[in-house]
Amino acid sequence: MLEIKNLHASLEEEGKEILKGVNLTVEAGKVHAIMGPNGSGKSTLSYVLSGKGGYEVTDGSATLAGVDLLSMEAEERAAAGLFLAFQYPVEIPGVGNMTFLRTAVNAQRKARGEEEMDAATFLKEVRAKAKDLKIDAEMLKRPVNMGFSGGEKKRNEILQMAMLEPKMCILDETDSGLDVDAMKLVADGVNALRSPDRGFLVITHYQRLLDHIVPDVVHIMARGQIIKTGGPDLALEVERNGYADILAEVA
Amino acid sequence: MGLPQAKLTATEARLASLAMPVQAGWTRPLREAALTRVQDLGLPGRRDEYWRFTRPDELISAAPVPAAVLPPAENATFEDIDRLRLVFVDGVFDPEASDDPALAGLEITRLAEAEAQDIPWAADLYGVLESRGQSPVPRPLAALNTAFATDGVLIRATGKVEKPVNLVYRHCDETSDAILHHLIRVEPGADLTVLETGPAAARFNKVMEVDVADGGAFHHVRSQGRDHDRRAATHIFARLGEESIFKSFTLTMNGAMTRNEVVIELTGDEGVAHVAGACMGDGSFHHDDTVFITHDAVNCESRQVFKKVLRKGATGVFQGKILVKEGAQKTDGYQISQSLLLDEEANFLAKPELEIYADDVACSHGSTSGAIDEDALFYLRSRGVPKAEAQDMMVLSFLAEAIEEIESQAVRDEVVASLAAWLERHRR
Repeated sequence: MLEIKNLHASLEEEGKEILKGVNLTVEAGKVHAIMGPNGSGKSTLSYVLSGKGGYEVTDGSATLAGVDLLSMEAEERAAAGLFLAFQYPVEIPGVGNMTFLRTAVNAQRKARGEEEMDAATFLKEVRAKAKDLKIDAEMLKRPVNMGFSGGEKKRNEILQMAMLEPKMCILDETDSGLDVDAMKLVADGVNALRSPDRGFLVITHYQRLLDHIVPDVVHIMARGQIIKTGGPDLALEVERNGYADILAEVA
Repeated sequence: MGLPQAKLTATEARLASLAMPVQAGWTRPLREAALTRVQDLGLPGRRDEYWRFTRPDELISAAPVPAAVLPPAENATFEDIDRLRLVFVDGVFDPEASDDPALAGLEITRLAEAEAQDIPWAADLYGVLESRGQSPVPRPLAALNTAFATDGVLIRATGKVEKPVNLVYRHCDETSDAILHHLIRVEPGADLTVLETGPAAARFNKVMEVDVADGGAFHHVRSQGRDHDRRAATHIFARLGEESIFKSFTLTMNGAMTRNEVVIELTGDEGVAHVAGACMGDGSFHHDDTVFITHDAVNCESRQVFKKVLRKGATGVFQGKILVKEGAQKTDGYQISQSLLLDEEANFLAKPELEIYADDVACSHGSTSGAIDEDALFYLRSRGVPKAEAQDMMVLSFLAEAIEEIESQAVRDEVVASLAAWLERHRR
């Protein structure tokens, strides 16, 4: 589904290289997790894949279902089926949550040459999905992420994911700032979206999220590269011993 | 007397192009007094501190700069709102095009007709607030208006008026030079909404004097044309009694040059004055909001919220002042002026001022200018919203704080719709 080969990327302004040859393949139906210490390039990887400005790809490739991601604009990548759940979802005053979501859904459909979703169908779907995530009607009416708690913002990300039905979901530190209950709610939302034709890349600092979203494969990222790959046990090892051992072992 | 030669020459040239109405009736002495004010003050010049950011030349020239007449908008603003329309064509009241001005709780008289009648409240108001507003900063274009206004309406609200009164300003003549003067009196406990729409004329000088008595409420929303070349200098002078409410919002989309001055005096305890504006323009667009709010009573609240979206060489100006007089304790004053500069060629000039002579007050002000927030833009685009649409969303988001000052949801929706339509038309 997602295929990343020898990806190198630098910060545009400083010219500093952050990704130093990332190789990673996420198959459809699988959940991959990336763990790693601060500054290892995990979030940068998610930004470079989703098309945020400020980064320059100097080498390598990234494809989604065979389509070159790196040559596309951010919105085109979204329409192609890529979704990034933000670590810090942005607050946008004056733009209604529902208006935003409906614009996004229909813009993607339009880009794919599909028919737009009518207002009634959209409303019905969004209400049903919001209910599963315990997002009440009042929250839907508010401007995008305005006045939302940390947990509400993350649930709202998952709601967007559910409505946009992407092929490939990247979750960037979705567990940060969440208490156990909120994390469970978010994890349930994600698990409900697991399907044979959808891939997941879960970026996290801690193992605890992976208790709820159980990965098929765990990667350790450090200094801009994937340095070790293993099963769910690898996450437990990190939890027990920290990153130091693994880093030493690779070095 | 003492005016610099250039100012004197310009003032005389302008005055020579104007004549007072022959049958001015009771306004005659008030007009004469206003003319004296103009002669004493002289019309604004480029060297005046108050006109540092806006060149007054085109507002004071003997003849207006011609402005192309555009076909009326397909969906005029406030079309879907049940309202009483009073139509002015190039500054002349058109009774045929207007609705029947009979409405419960309301007295409406055309200025030209009122001058022949005995209307004591109007005689106590015409030019009175304008004249008070000349100090500490002179506003000679307003005095010129009082002296030479050719039309206008007198509106007196005596109860809760169920429908808004919509002053509709049509522009049909490329060289029209309109001077309108409106008087509004909101009696104790009465509640009135006035809407203003349209470009009005090639050049428009308008004064609105608003007297809100104790416990009265005045709501004002105006939409100043769209895409027109017109020049405008407008003044609102308001005096607020005890526990009264004054809320005004102005939407400006293009227009070559606009200077909107709002002068408010809070004279009774616990009065509330909110003034807000959203404007959007490109090219030669020059928009100036000049606001002066005086707190002269206890426990009053004032808010100024001005947002400007500028690009392709457009200029935005904000001069806003809160003056808290001695004894005006427990004043709550807030002022924010912000601009969103969509490219490197746009300019925003701001002069926020606070002058406080009371010791128990809370006043704050802020002014910023910046570009669209890249993180927010990326967030929208990452969900599949195309760049141009995402930028429009961010523009509306930026203006939201000002638009939220409008109380009526229906009016708010109309304002947002006009803004969205403007953005759509001007998409890069």
